[in-house]
Amino acid sequence: MSKAILYDATLCIACKQCEGACAQQNNLPYDDTIAAEAVQSEHKYTVVLTENDKFMRRLCMHCNEPACASVCPVGALHKTKEGPVVYDVYKCIGCRYCMVSCAFSQPKYEWGKLNPRIRKCIMCPDRVTQGRPTACAEICPTGATKFGDRDALIAEAKERLRQNPSNYVPHVYGLEEVGGTSVLLLSSVAVESFGLPASAKLGTTPMPDYTFRILSKIPDFVPLWALVLGGVYWITHRREAVALAEGSGHGNHQGGTK
Amino acid sequence: MKLKLTFWKVVFCMIMAMGVYSTFVRFYYGIGAVSNMSDRFPWGIWIGFDVLCGVMLAAGAFIVTGAAYLLNIERLHVIARPAVLTAFLGYCLVIVGLMFDLGRPWYIWHQLIYMNPHSVMFEVGFCVMFYTTVLMFEFSAAVLERFNLAKPLKWVKAALVPLVVLGVLLSTLHQSSLGTMYLIMPTKLHPFWYSPALPFLFFISAVAVGLAMTIFESSLSSRAFGRQLELPILVELGGVLYVTLWIYALLRFEDYFHRGQLTNILHPSYEAYFLWLELALAVVIPLAILSFRRARLNGTMLYVASCSTLLGFVTNRLNVSITGLDTWPGHHYFPKWTEASITAMIIALGFFIFATAVKYLPIFEGAHYTLPSAEHGPEPAELPELAPEPTLAD
Repeated sequence: MSKAILYDATLCIACKQCEGACAQQNNLPYDDTIAAEAVQSEHKYTVVLTENDKFMRRLCMHCNEPACASVCPVGALHKTKEGPVVYDVYKCIGCRYCMVSCAFSQPKYEWGKLNPRIRKCIMCPDRVTQGRPTACAEICPTGATKFGDRDALIAEAKERLRQNPSNYVPHVYGLEEVGGTSVLLLSSVAVESFGLPASAKLGTTPMPDYTFRILSKIPDFVPLWALVLGGVYWITHRREAVALAEGSGHGNHQGGTK
Repeated sequence: MKLKLTFWKVVFCMIMAMGVYSTFVRFYYGIGAVSNMSDRFPWGIWIGFDVLCGVMLAAGAFIVTGAAYLLNIERLHVIARPAVLTAFLGYCLVIVGLMFDLGRPWYIWHQLIYMNPHSVMFEVGFCVMFYTTVLMFEFSAAVLERFNLAKPLKWVKAALVPLVVLGVLLSTLHQSSLGTMYLIMPTKLHPFWYSPALPFLFFISAVAVGLAMTIFESSLSSRAFGRQLELPILVELGGVLYVTLWIYALLRFEDYFHRGQLTNILHPSYEAYFLWLELALAVVIPLAILSFRRARLNGTMLYVASCSTLLGFVTNRLNVSITGLDTWPGHHYFPKWTEASITAMIIALGFFIFATAVKYLPIFEGAHYTLPSAEHGPEPAELPELAPEPTLAD
């Protein structure tokens, strides 16, 4: 069963305990200075943003069909069956295609290091495989960040929308965006105001499909194009051989001097 | 002439000095210290110029060798070797550029063992690696000929046609795939440049650039090395360039038409200014010049049209990779001087190695190349009257 995180911004009080728990889980530094940073970075995988007294958490969305995993030339990122999109640093060559391709701009980079790694929320895979909630969900005092089965959380999110329609934008962000994500967002204001791409812009097509519809043609194309090129060579040189056999009467025949 | 040579030497040394300093910063303090790339803008000019433009500018070889050996147009044989040299050098320098851009370049060989066939970058990487090897074999003919190694030369000649077929095949794949790479960013890349037709546009523009580059390099080297210009050949290439640019222009128009962008591209905006520059240089100016029959027969006008085409498509690649992605509010990427100096160093190295190779190897037909005195006695420069007529094979 695939797991997910449901973040309900209307329940959030911006206590930022999720930030601290995340830092502790991933052995990252965390203090008042870092708490005040309103951007994600290589030392801050998740951030609680405040905009006009409304809150929003940013973290990796853990797409069902992640662009980052599809573009990685060495397969250093992959989606686990439990839901987390995880990173194998030992494979990574540091090309940063994952950063460029991510519609949510989630992968961050250790720009100051000589052997830099990609850094992003990996949804506590060790905890998740043990059946425990992620660090951020475990510590959340209000239940704004909730961990569970994706299907159950979708049902719960829809139920909240049905019971309190006036509290929410009537949409579960992440349900179908880019083919669905393992992080689901509920909010009383449009998520675009927190830098998330609009649902209409994202569409429901998984990002890897955009490149795979070209890439998947290549195995058919290669033998065909090779045959055409070889055929062209054969025809042009056959013409030459024929010209030669017919005698050198046509002085300005192309290739006739050979 | 003497003074000019000294001037360029000074420029070259200055570029190299700055480049060496930046290389030190890059490999001592990391990418963050040497460049203006950031989490907001993870790919800068090292990808936009060094890789995208580098590969594109090296497209001449597959077009010229394909036409010369597959279409069997024998009069193109004389320009095949300089084109192959340009491409081989170009691809080597692309790989050098990648060594700067990759965060963990010492693991580049992971491409060979951790393969991800769903990744366009994997396919591009594989093709580039493979094609560089093909170019090395194609180019080895010049070196083997120079040192009179008859036997390996015979092997290379025997393998030439399969090598050319492989070269055209691999080039078709990765020239277009560099465009496919950007298809994964429908929400990020500006609609002026994001198009489902990107792979086709990239491939056709690579053909145009390959032709323009061949004209450019022939004209330039005829000046620099005092050779006679192969004008009849350049006139033919100019004709093909003219048709290719029309095909590209039509495809670009159809693309904007079907995506409903025709009115948007006319409204002034940050992106529109760069688009206008690109289209003017890549399409409008060269097509305007080449539409005159007299210009198509004139070496200087062909040279001007080619330069414009090259600048235009360089702008195009930079627009796709930089202008079109530079949409973070309140943040514009502009390369740091150290970042740019590494690119400049790579370009300068390219010119230097090309000039050196032409001097010591049989690249141009009937050109005067120097034989190293160590092997051939004290009067080396007198020999060239007997210089062979080098082509890739024959």
